[in-house]
Order: sequence, then C-alpha cells, then structure tokens
Amino acid sequence: MTTVIARPESHTKVIGGRVGDSPQRPDGNLKVRGEFAYSSDLWMEGMLWGVTLRSPHPYARIRSIDIGPALATPGVSAVLTHEDVPGEKLYGMDIADQPVLAIDVVRYQGEPVALVAANHPEVARQAAKKIRVDYEVYEPVTDPIEALGHPGWNPGQHSTAPVVQVVELNAERARLHPNGNLVRHLKIRKGDPAPVADVVVVGEYEVGMQDQAFLGPESGLAFPAEDGGVELHVATQWLHSDQQQMCLALGLPPEKVRLTLAGVGGAFGGREDLSMHVHACLLTLHTGKPVKMVYHREESFFGHVHRHPATMRYEHGATGDGVLVYVKAAIYLDGGAYTSSTPAVVANAGTLGIGPYVVPNVQVDCFGSYTNNPPCGAMRGFGAVQVAFAYEAQMDRLAAELGMDPVELRCRNAMTEGAQAPTGQVIDSAAPVEELLRRVQSMPMPAEHPAAGDTDLRALPGGVSNVTHGESVVRGVGYAVTYKNIGFSEGFDDYSTARVRLEVVNGEPTVTVHTAAAEVGQGLVTVEQQIARTELAVDRVVVHGKDTRVGSGGSTSASRQTYVTGGAVKAACEKVRDVLLGMARRQLGHTIAGLRLDDGKVVSDGEGVVAAIADVLGDRVIEETLQWRHRPTEPIDPETGQGFAHVQYAFSAHRAVVDVDVELGLVKVVALDCAQDVGKAINPEAVVGQIQGGSAQGLGLAIMEEVIVTGGMIRNPSFTDYLLPTMLDMPPMKIAVLEYADPHAPYGLRGVGEPPTISSGPAVAAAIRQAVGKPLSRVPIRPEHITGT
Amino acid sequence: MRITTTVNGEQRQVDDVWEGESLLYVLRERMALPGSKNACEQGECGACTVYLDHVPVCACLVAAGQADGREIVTVEGLQVEGELHPVQRAFVEAGAVQCGFCTPGLVVATHDLLERSGQPSDPEIREALAGNLCRCTGYEKILDAVHLAADRLSTSEKQ
Repeated sequence: MTTVIARPESHTKVIGGRVGDSPQRPDGNLKVRGEFAYSSDLWMEGMLWGVTLRSPHPYARIRSIDIGPALATPGVSAVLTHEDVPGEKLYGMDIADQPVLAIDVVRYQGEPVALVAANHPEVARQAAKKIRVDYEVYEPVTDPIEALGHPGWNPGQHSTAPVVQVVELNAERARLHPNGNLVRHLKIRKGDPAPVADVVVVGEYEVGMQDQAFLGPESGLAFPAEDGGVELHVATQWLHSDQQQMCLALGLPPEKVRLTLAGVGGAFGGREDLSMHVHACLLTLHTGKPVKMVYHREESFFGHVHRHPATMRYEHGATGDGVLVYVKAAIYLDGGAYTSSTPAVVANAGTLGIGPYVVPNVQVDCFGSYTNNPPCGAMRGFGAVQVAFAYEAQMDRLAAELGMDPVELRCRNAMTEGAQAPTGQVIDSAAPVEELLRRVQSMPMPAEHPAAGDTDLRALPGGVSNVTHGESVVRGVGYAVTYKNIGFSEGFDDYSTARVRLEVVNGEPTVTVHTAAAEVGQGLVTVEQQIARTELAVDRVVVHGKDTRVGSGGSTSASRQTYVTGGAVKAACEKVRDVLLGMARRQLGHTIAGLRLDDGKVVSDGEGVVAAIADVLGDRVIEETLQWRHRPTEPIDPETGQGFAHVQYAFSAHRAVVDVDVELGLVKVVALDCAQDVGKAINPEAVVGQIQGGSAQGLGLAIMEEVIVTGGMIRNPSFTDYLLPTMLDMPPMKIAVLEYADPHAPYGLRGVGEPPTISSGPAVAAAIRQAVGKPLSRVPIRPEHITGT
Repeated sequence: MRITTTVNGEQRQVDDVWEGESLLYVLRERMALPGSKNACEQGECGACTVYLDHVPVCACLVAAGQADGREIVTVEGLQVEGELHPVQRAFVEAGAVQCGFCTPGLVVATHDLLERSGQPSDPEIREALAGNLCRCTGYEKILDAVHLAADRLSTSEKQ
C-alpha cells in the first residue's frame, strides 16, 4: 500500500507512462492550444443549423401543430414533427417511453416538439417561434410522493399556481404513464422486522435537483452517407447505446448508423441519454445536407436529465454504547416525466441506503416516481449521493443523542472485509472504512480564522462581499464516509471491447488501441496507453479515435471504464503478446523458458535479450479484438432485496472545515480533506484530479447548486442563477490515496470517479450543522436556512 | 455587414455578418477559430475569454460590430513560434486539463494575470480566475499550473 498526497513539491514528471506512472494526457497539447475538436466545433461546407422547438408547459395535450409559417421562412430547409420519425417514435436506454418528438401529450417543460433546419442558427430559431402549437394545458403532477398516492409530507414544497388557464387533474390525467406513476419500488428486508433499540433517532431529509453542468453543450454534426445511412459526430458517454436507440428511431440497420465520438466537454452522467442525436440525423436525412446542432446553456438545462431530488425519512436504532441495531428508511426519488435510468438509480439508493456500516436489521423502501418535473437520471454518484446526505446526518444525530464522538460512532459500526451489506452480499475485498476516517481525522487542521477585523476579507465567508467583517464567523468540522458500487449491477451484461494492433512503423514497434469507450475528460485515453505500454513493453502507443467501427465499450459511467475497458485492453494486449512470443519461439527454433517482453525486446531470464520486438515482427501485423467482462452479478430478490448485486465497492471519507457567518448565513469551506481507497492508482495524478473535481461537485450540492423547479417549471436555467463552485469556493485539499488491491479486478484497481462526489457534500453539511447548531436537513443549505429568516 | 479585424496578428475580413452575431460566433463559425468556447454565452463562465485590444473580454458579450477595426488575440494566437506558451505548457504538465472545455479561457485569463502580476499569491490567483468556471478539476491543479507558469516566466525573464 502506498500513499499519494496531492500538491506535490515538484512538478518533475516520471517519464515512462506505464501503469502507476502519471504521464501527460495525449490530448493535452491540443486542448491548451484550442485545437481539440469538441462536438460544438465541427463544421462542414454547406451545413445547416438545426434547432429544437420545446414545450413551454410541463403537462399539456397537443391539439394541433401548424408548421406552415415556419416552413415558408426564407432560409429554412426543413420543419419536422413526430410524423417525420420513420421508425419507433419512442426511445429510451432500457425502457422506451420518451417520444423522439412529442406526439399528443407533453409531460415536461422543454420536451422536444418540432425541429427546424436553416442556413443560420438565428434564422432557424426565429422560424421555430413561428410554429403554432395549440396546447390544452393540464395541472402538472409535481409531488413524487403524492404521485404514487402516498400521503405526502413537506407541505411547503408544493407547486405554485401556474399563470395559464389550466385543466385540473383528474384520476385519468394524474396517471402519467400506462402503468401508473411508479417507476420502481425496491425493498430491502434483512433481519428482525420489529427490532427494538435503546436509542432511536428519526430524521427527514431532502436533496435538491443537481445539474451536471458540463461546460460543453449538447452538440454534434450529422451528415448523410452515400449508402443511404448517416454519420453522426457527437459528444456522448456510450456510442453503442446511442446507436442502438438511433437505429430504432431512424428505421435503419446498425451498419447504416455510424457514430464517432467528437470532443466531449465533460459529462458526469448528463450524456447517457440521447439529446440531439436522432434530431440531427432526421434533419440531415430529410435535407440531404450536413446538419449541426448546438444547444445554448438555457436549452442544455432542458436537454439532459438531472440528479434526482430526494425526500427521505430515516430511523436509526442503536444500543446505549453506540452499536447500530437497525435502520429503517423510506426514500422517494423524483424521476420526472420519463424513465431514463431511474430504475438503476433506485437500486443504488436502496441497496447503498444505509451507508458503509454493519447493521443486522434493515428495512428500506426506495421509490422512483413519474411526475411532470424535468426527467432525472444519471449524475456522478447515481443514487448514492442522495442517501449519503441522510444516513450521515443520522449518524451525527445518533452520536449527539448518545453523547459520542461522531467519528467514534462511525468506526464502531464500520464495515470491514467480510461484512455483509444489507443485500446479504459479503464484501469480499478491502473495506477500510475506519482507516479512511482515521486518515482524514489525523490530517493537520487549517489555521484558526483570525480575530474579527484582522483578517483578509477574501478569506471570509462571502469574500469581499462580506459586510460584517467576520464578527459572527463560527467554525465547524464535519465528517462523512461512504461507499459506492462500481460498474453496472443486478446481472447486467457489463462488457467492453478492445482491439489491439502491434506493428512496426518507421522502424519502431507501435501499438494501436481501438475501443469505443468514451473519453469525456477523465483520462481514459491516457490509461489505455499506459496499459498497452505495460503489457507490451512498447513506448509508442496510439489511441485510435472512438467510434462504432469497433464493438461496444459500455458506458463511461458508474466509475467503470478503467476497470472494464482497462480490463479489455489488458486482455487484448495479453493475447497479442502470446502471439508475439509464439512468433519469437518459432524464429528462434528452440524452446526458451520464461520468455517475456521488456523495453521493446523479447527477453528470457536465462538468456537475457533474445530479440528486438521490431525484428520478431518484421512486416507482420498482430491484431486481436476481444470482449472482456467483469465477474457476473445477480438480480436482487424483489421482496427482500437480497442478492449479489454489485461487482465492486469503492470507499471514501471526507473531513470538511467550514467558517459560517451565522448572521449573514454565508459559508466558506476552509478545508475539504479526503481519503479514498482506489485499489491501485493506475495514474496517480489523474486519481487526485478525480478526487479534487468530484469533491467540488459534492461541495456544490451541499451549499449552492440546485435546479429550482416550481409547478414543473425550471426557474434558474442559466449559469447566472444556477450557481457552480468557482475557484474562490473550493478550498485546498489534503488527499490520501490508499491502494488496497481488489483481487477480482485488473491490477487490483477500484473505480475512482464517484466516491468523492458522495462523501464530500455530507461532510460539508455536517460541518455547517456543527457551526450553526441547527438540524439543516435539506441541501443545498442556503443562507436563509442558516439564519432562519 | 462587413467586419475587418486583426486576429492573432493577421488581418481578417468577413462579410454578411448578421448584426446580432457575437464576436464569439464570428470567431468560431466565420473565421474557423473555434478555440474560444461556447459554454454559457452570457459572460458567466469565461470559456470564451479573448484579448480585445489587449484587454481580456468574454467574446460572447461583445457584439461582432464592436470588434470592427480592433485587435483580437485568441487562445490560438498564444503560441510562440509554434511552441506552446509557458502558460499552455504548465496547464498540461500540472494536470490542469481534464475535459479541457474551460482551458482556452483559463489559459488566456492566466496569461493576462501573469502579464500584470509576476508571482501572484493564492488569493490573487483565486480572485483573478474566479470568473472562469471549471467543472472537472476542482481548480487545485489549475492553481498549481498558474504557479508553475509564473515560476517559469519569472526565471526566463531573469535570464
């Protein structure tokens, strides 16, 4: 085990770029020069611009659509509605329930209704405004609990009255989909159904809707192919899932729908679902011309799913000395208008719902509902983020009730290797929950904040805008620990494909790695190079562009690509190596024991260097393509929630230190320190980058980020009103990276990307609660929650 | 309308510009310079930061007509004789680039900061770059990159 601490003393790089090194990203120079081609940068001679007309209402029936005036606008080449969708009119990743273009009913504000292609984006936008859609507006279903017919709570959260003439809900209209408003109900039933405990704490918690806020907007360029098919260059997280859905909608076979990954400006879950993919292809097939679509930021808020808002009620019971006896939880996740990935988010929230603790008796009911709110789906942390705010707040509440230190209470109940999760699954590799907590606890604390009036204003909550100058600043410290499943769960066939080619180019052995696994900024392209260099002992490794000309790489989500695509690249390299060593043996004409590759050469322990790889290869090419799978998982029992659901768990802990101006309600996070077990840091610098960036997103949800939705309408669809952490909001971080190998995973690695987004927010919330002394059971915590005004 | 500007040292002229177009649109779509990025198009994220007559601005907030007759430098114009500028090199080496969509704006903003302040402190850097949003990195490695570039630039000045 080794420890890597962030902010190294020196920027000297380890040259080599093998597994465990931190080589520079292959796309870095292009990106700093402004020459990396993102999906919104593409251009073709004669291309048209596509725009989308979206519903202004969260729930309405479409009586009619008149495209005549729009189509007659000079410069407009096409105006399309659902009638122009040649294939299946509904799409979705697992459940196809979302119209490509609205048919008779719109179920959320911003639902696509019609498309326009024109010679200039502004011409297209103005033409779209001329499309006349006659709506019968319904009262929207906005409460995810009442949508299920369950008695509601949080009466303050109900919708405000809309301004347009609205038809009230009746039983028929209140049912948003044919099977009702329940997406999924996941139950965990473990141990005694009626447990008794010495100490019981109960709490209700809410998590607001978070946006991925990737900076590169949804965009891409489609153009017609000579074979009657279509090419799409697009920013996405899973090319083959997109392709499959697009083929159904376009009525074309897979060989005629070809996708290429354009430069991706961040993803964080928001590019799992289709956005402009089918729309751009419809327009290009209709006009016979290339079509570019680029969402504006406001449209982006309507153009992708968000993190599910959650309403949660928890009850924790413990013995008098702080041993957990039971946890009961009811968790409601608002899935919005369409299914997206809500079933899997419900599974995560339910199965991970009590945190990384040993609890003998567990009852969890986790519900996902349909409403007329914006559709919700994947975002970094995927169901585990919401519940962590609740279970970690409960642990603090329980510690207070018991008079115990919050870290001691957590350590007393911490999972260890061999422990049973609430699903009955035995944790069969390292679970260093206690060590992670102790690590962050023992890190040096930041300096005390100076006396009022004596401080740099920039260091105060609110910065130079702070009008009290620090008289009412109180410091708080909070802890949180979490765990997250890595990879796709519940029996999903979760594989990746790698094609690895070895040949001599300009006298030098050269490896080309071709996968369809999306690079979204996380650095998979660097990791693919490192693995190929390690396995084939060759310096020059080219990462082929990502496209559908090779088999599926699976989704860039669930922190799975280094594990699964990394595993596929490793396995394909091993196959190439076997072929190469076989060639070497044949050329040598005799058997040598222990042949291996080292630094561009074939070597043996007995004879040293026996041949250069380039000489063994000559002009021959070795190419191997294979699919690689992690060990299988199982569906869980629908009544008890028991089963081997998850392939791997990853753990992280945070300590947050905050200064709160309790008079103004302003918060400054002074320190946000993290310890995380990554199994094996394939690229230590990239690991630290994931922890820093992931922690920032957790901080954002704790104190600033929320898509505010009232009456089914988004009220803040802009970066002016949806607040993201800036460089002033993020504190320096101390980071400990632990490497306890998982024997089931390639190189022993664990997925890295998500855990820091999960434990950072609850630690910040805990620190604020400690400073303020109020329950603060809703995040993001706003100034008015702190001041009570 | 017609726009005539100097962009990255070159005289550029474009015709048929619609009056509502931003400088960002003209750079990206009419001058084949898509390095300046379109992340928010309302001056909140800094991804489109360019120099306009030596002053850093959000190109999305400048009407194309306002740029007529003026001098513009974009991220594509920062390289020195085909080599990365020390600020660009520092961003790559410090690991400050992930998805990279914020990077062009941050590179220009850092370039400007280091023109004004040779060895800025952490609070100065944070304040100067607070108008540039990054969603991937949590900013720590960007801070490292700025220090690294400042060190290199001050060393090369002394030599």
